[in-house]
Amino acid sequence: MSKIEVTPGMFSQVELKPSLKASIVMAVAGLIVLLGFGVFGKPGDITYVWSDKREFVQLPSYVVNSMLFCTIIGVILLALAGLAFMLNRRSKVTPMWLIIIFGFLAIMALLGWLATGASQGVQMVFILSNTLVLAIPLILGGMAGIMSERVGVVNIAIEGQLLTGAFVSSVVGTTTGNLYIGMIAAMIAAGLLSMILASLAIKYLVDQVIIGVLLNVLVIGVTNFLHSAWVDKDRQHLNFPGTFDKIAIPFLSDIPVVGQVLFNNRITVYLMFIIVPVLWYVLFKTKLGLRARSVGEHPLAADTVGINVAKTRFWWVTIGGMIAGLGGAALTIGNVGSFGREMSGGQGFIALAVVILGRWQPIYVMLSALLFGFTIILRVWANQVSPGVPFDFIVMVPYLVTLVAVAGFAGKVRAPAASGQPYVKG
Amino acid sequence: MKLELRNITKKFGTLVANDNISLVLKPGEIHSLLGENGAGKSTLMNVLYGLLQPDSGEILLDDKAVKFNGPGDAMAAGIGMVHQHFMLIPVFTVAENVVLGHEPTSKLGALDVGAARKLVLEISDRFGFQIDPDAKIQDLPVGAQQRVEIIKALARNAKILVLDEPTAVLTPQETDELMEIMRGLAKSGTSIIFITHKLREVQQVADSITVIRQGKVVASPSPKASASELASLMVGREVDLDVKRKPAKLGGESLVIQDLTVLDDRNHQMVDGVSFKVQDGEVLAIAGVQGNGQTELAEAILGIRKVHSGSIVVSNKDVTKSTVREVLEAGLGYIPEDRKKDGLVGDFSIAENLMLDGSFTKPFAKGIQIDFPKRDEIAEDLIERFDIRTPSAETLAKQLSGGNQQKVVVARELGRDLKVLVASQPTRGVDVGSIEFIHEQIIAARDAGKAVLIISTELDEVLALADRIAVMYRGKIVGIVDAKTSREKLGKMMAGIAA
Amino acid sequence: MKKNKDVAVKESSSESVLKEIMSGDPVRISLSILLGFIIGAIFMVVFDSGVVKSWSNFGADPNYALSSVWWTIQDGYGALFSGSIYNLNADNFIDGIRPLTETLRFAAPLVMAGLGVALTFRVGLFNIGATGQIMVGLAGATFVSTRMELPPVIHMLLATVVAVLCASVWGIIVGILKARFGAHEVIVTIMLNYVAASLFTYFLREPSLLLEANGGGTPKSDRPADTAMLGSLLGPEFKLHYGLIFAVLAVVGYWWLMERSTFGFRFRMVGHNASAARAAGIKVENTFIWALAISAGFAGLAAANQALSIQGGLTTSIEAGIGFDAITVALLGGSRAGGVAMAGLLFGAFKAGASSMQVAGVSPEVLGVVKALIVLFIAAPPIIRAIYRLPKPGPKMIDVMKKTAKVAK
Repeated sequence: MSKIEVTPGMFSQVELKPSLKASIVMAVAGLIVLLGFGVFGKPGDITYVWSDKREFVQLPSYVVNSMLFCTIIGVILLALAGLAFMLNRRSKVTPMWLIIIFGFLAIMALLGWLATGASQGVQMVFILSNTLVLAIPLILGGMAGIMSERVGVVNIAIEGQLLTGAFVSSVVGTTTGNLYIGMIAAMIAAGLLSMILASLAIKYLVDQVIIGVLLNVLVIGVTNFLHSAWVDKDRQHLNFPGTFDKIAIPFLSDIPVVGQVLFNNRITVYLMFIIVPVLWYVLFKTKLGLRARSVGEHPLAADTVGINVAKTRFWWVTIGGMIAGLGGAALTIGNVGSFGREMSGGQGFIALAVVILGRWQPIYVMLSALLFGFTIILRVWANQVSPGVPFDFIVMVPYLVTLVAVAGFAGKVRAPAASGQPYVKG
Repeated sequence: MKLELRNITKKFGTLVANDNISLVLKPGEIHSLLGENGAGKSTLMNVLYGLLQPDSGEILLDDKAVKFNGPGDAMAAGIGMVHQHFMLIPVFTVAENVVLGHEPTSKLGALDVGAARKLVLEISDRFGFQIDPDAKIQDLPVGAQQRVEIIKALARNAKILVLDEPTAVLTPQETDELMEIMRGLAKSGTSIIFITHKLREVQQVADSITVIRQGKVVASPSPKASASELASLMVGREVDLDVKRKPAKLGGESLVIQDLTVLDDRNHQMVDGVSFKVQDGEVLAIAGVQGNGQTELAEAILGIRKVHSGSIVVSNKDVTKSTVREVLEAGLGYIPEDRKKDGLVGDFSIAENLMLDGSFTKPFAKGIQIDFPKRDEIAEDLIERFDIRTPSAETLAKQLSGGNQQKVVVARELGRDLKVLVASQPTRGVDVGSIEFIHEQIIAARDAGKAVLIISTELDEVLALADRIAVMYRGKIVGIVDAKTSREKLGKMMAGIAA
Repeated sequence: MKKNKDVAVKESSSESVLKEIMSGDPVRISLSILLGFIIGAIFMVVFDSGVVKSWSNFGADPNYALSSVWWTIQDGYGALFSGSIYNLNADNFIDGIRPLTETLRFAAPLVMAGLGVALTFRVGLFNIGATGQIMVGLAGATFVSTRMELPPVIHMLLATVVAVLCASVWGIIVGILKARFGAHEVIVTIMLNYVAASLFTYFLREPSLLLEANGGGTPKSDRPADTAMLGSLLGPEFKLHYGLIFAVLAVVGYWWLMERSTFGFRFRMVGHNASAARAAGIKVENTFIWALAISAGFAGLAAANQALSIQGGLTTSIEAGIGFDAITVALLGGSRAGGVAMAGLLFGAFKAGASSMQVAGVSPEVLGVVKALIVLFIAAPPIIRAIYRLPKPGPKMIDVMKKTAKVAK
């Protein structure tokens, strides 16, 4: 008798060609920049304006030839796409830093192309700081999404949580005259809404997606009613909170560009600066995070080592909801200054996409949300500097990027295994 | 530590899973809990582990009554459990899995990865496990994953270790290693409850035995009892696994597999250059330990899994690249290993389940409409012929017992005109009465001149049905032998040692 | 072998029958609707300034306070009734019955789009893309209705067919992304809704496509040619048009497709157990694509209904939330033909009654609350059970079967 021969590679992984979708998409984008914006672009100069006139330190504006600049960037983008292609061929996932650099350069080219010849130039501070402020609800909504999906509860109700936060912060902020109370009330209200989601999904095992959609419908219905039947009849005393004051952080806010964009903001922005890294740390570096992730991956296994699955899920979903409530407050008292009908306008759904685009990781989710924030401001800005550009198509870009991401990365990047699965003991 | 279970009763609705069960586990002994699938062993252990609360009865540790409200309590009391389906998180590392639930932390609540790693290495070295604490679970072979489970229990200072069907997924060789580990643990003072339905393993390691049948303790035989004695205690009557049949009348080769290679979802090569032929009128059984490529082989034949290379011919038609529908139309009948997943639609009625793969053509379809009268007629006929015990053909499949569900699948597949039958684990989780009936039906199909391929991890089933036996190990056919081959030799082949 | 018909499950004590009925659907649905209206009434009362004022003088005039509550509720729901079913103050029958025809007119697109969403539910997909599909359908129908000259009826039918095809293409994209690339349909449909909205605005802005002949800066189309309009069903006295006939045909077609045809059988099989369907020779991926195409086709019908019945030109607001309402309609209707039709009628009545509630001084937005609550209660049986203290559904059949099987042995 002889032992059967075991050849290397047998019963082990077989090398298959990995998906090249990401690199192909990058190559296409690179070609658009190279040809569309560069070689066949608009003649003329681009002015990148780095400083606001009010700023302490003034940086000189940077003027370049549009076609030359976009051509160079196009070449760099194609090189990056090539690098991604080589990595993909070695069956590696396209690294996030590469995508970030790629995205940044592509955006610079797009901005330059749009503003070619425009007298006001590319106002970097205006664009970046608005991007940040507009992205806050998306980022915080995304954190809510991460917190619930990481413990295995799909949270479609982010939209409702944002809207709740927006409404409550505005009304409570106005009636009490204290915006901080308004902000806290918004978090509590959105937290309570999440408790409904959590208990129906965890205790009563109602389909999580359906419950989420219906809670959105409910919140839209209730806020619409309260807005028209109550709040709107006495706007001055019920829906006129104004916004938080901007707080300039000493010294840091004097740094050119960065200071104006990052360190001269309202409290909602600073809270986001704290929440995102803290969530990252808790999720990946602490035992709380390890337990939460185990509940989202394999709830039965977590249960057998004595982790209370229902309780973990309940509190993570609830605290996530409170963060989304803060995001809602950022819409009103953090930006616009009053509540408007259905003012979240689908941002809660975009937050869902942002969670996937950011691979369920707080830092990446924040970056993805910034991309969406950028397109919101782009819509406004592009119309000013370059009327006639079919910016309906530019507005579509982040949605298309998300589509490519969910289609292209599927299989490589996966959601927490038990996401959406109710857990029944016994 | 001494453990005593006293008069444990646990009911699910009207089903009594544990009926007044008592047993005593002495310190440092290996106590085997023997019983068929569904006898109530797992329920009893879930009660012991705090996952379920007993309706009555008590648990005593060192003669003191204890109450476990959850696994946390049981673990704190020194009870560790290695579940049949591993309770490991595939994307976590070994160290993370081992410390989950009792994590060492440094300041700021941060996880102390260094301490976790040290803990794993320390236990691993003590018992010679050779486990890398930084490896991800999903990259480890099954045997190593099981050792991680044992480390997990020992890391919590378990004095009592419960092993639930630990050998179901192991090769005979890995099984032997596990037996060694169990003896070593017992010697160092750990008490072990060893749950199994495999008689040979019980005889090999058990210091004492408790046999459970239909939720009740039926006997506590001596570890020296013979296998047939244990078997009859376990099933409660003389089992007639030898189906009576005539000698095979061989015909043409209706299923020909040539150099077949198949990959699993993660691109592991699970079937590796397999070739065999099945003739009309014979049963070829594929034996082997679970997870050696049998599932992928069956799926590739049906066409739900892509063939990487090689060929499959069903009744002279090359179906290597065919769709499932084409394979079925070529005359293949398929009984999947997991009927709930692949064989039935639980929320469909029996009548609908009996036409599951027949919606494209006559007799079930009339143009693009379902022919309801015909469908009901056929359903009534099959329910009669295959002894499906149900109130009506409109009853939902999920409301039937396991045996009757399996009969629905068998009836559907054998109810139409077949050339080849492929049956994976045809009697898994089925009551004894239904096993006999299904075996008879399979042999009847063989006698009617169909080529039959049985894939089973139960050696008893293989020996009862097969005319020839092919043994599969790590994706390859170790050898194809006569049905009269001895168990010992088959066991060696299942461990990859060719004849 | 002897057939064992005598193991039939019989536990027909009066108690278990009661349990079955109490936990059964019709009762639960009625209770949900009732509770929705009750909570809606509370909202109306609490946020009515008149009621609040009367209650602040409760001590002085408690009767007035209580009756003001009653009057507010009566005003609100009375207006809903007379705006959606029969106007009791009307001078003649035609004016009296007009609200009911308005309900039917509003219900038609909701029913058609709702059927589309329902179809995907039954295939196990959560499709919230009706909004985008309707927008693409609107664009297609309007292009035909404003840019082509054809004889009556044929023009209308062609515009309808184009709307259905355009919407189907949009559905097929979802299907392909789901089936071939494994993308989750919820995210895909949300994203495609936004893409469709942008595309739609672009079409309306683009002179060569939909922008009206003497168009200014606002995205708006011409009004559809008379030949393409859906004709009036009951004469010029009523706004009700042939869209209702399409809706009725859609309901019947959906019923036949899902309950009688082999396609429906396979759709349902995939919805209940995709891997069993695959083992039974069904191409699950293709089934997804087909289901989404047909589902979007229903949404396209709703789009045609909207595009070919408007008086002025098409604007971006024409979609009117139908796609989103379709989800709740499908949920409320249990994804069955009859149920969706009833749910569509209820929501159509809400839309029809809104304006008369406005006239009566009650915020019609309260109906949004009622609507959401009703569907929430139906989708989450535990809430209703807890509120009404209903018994849980009886012991699972499977246990009963096990017991009887044991006896049979």
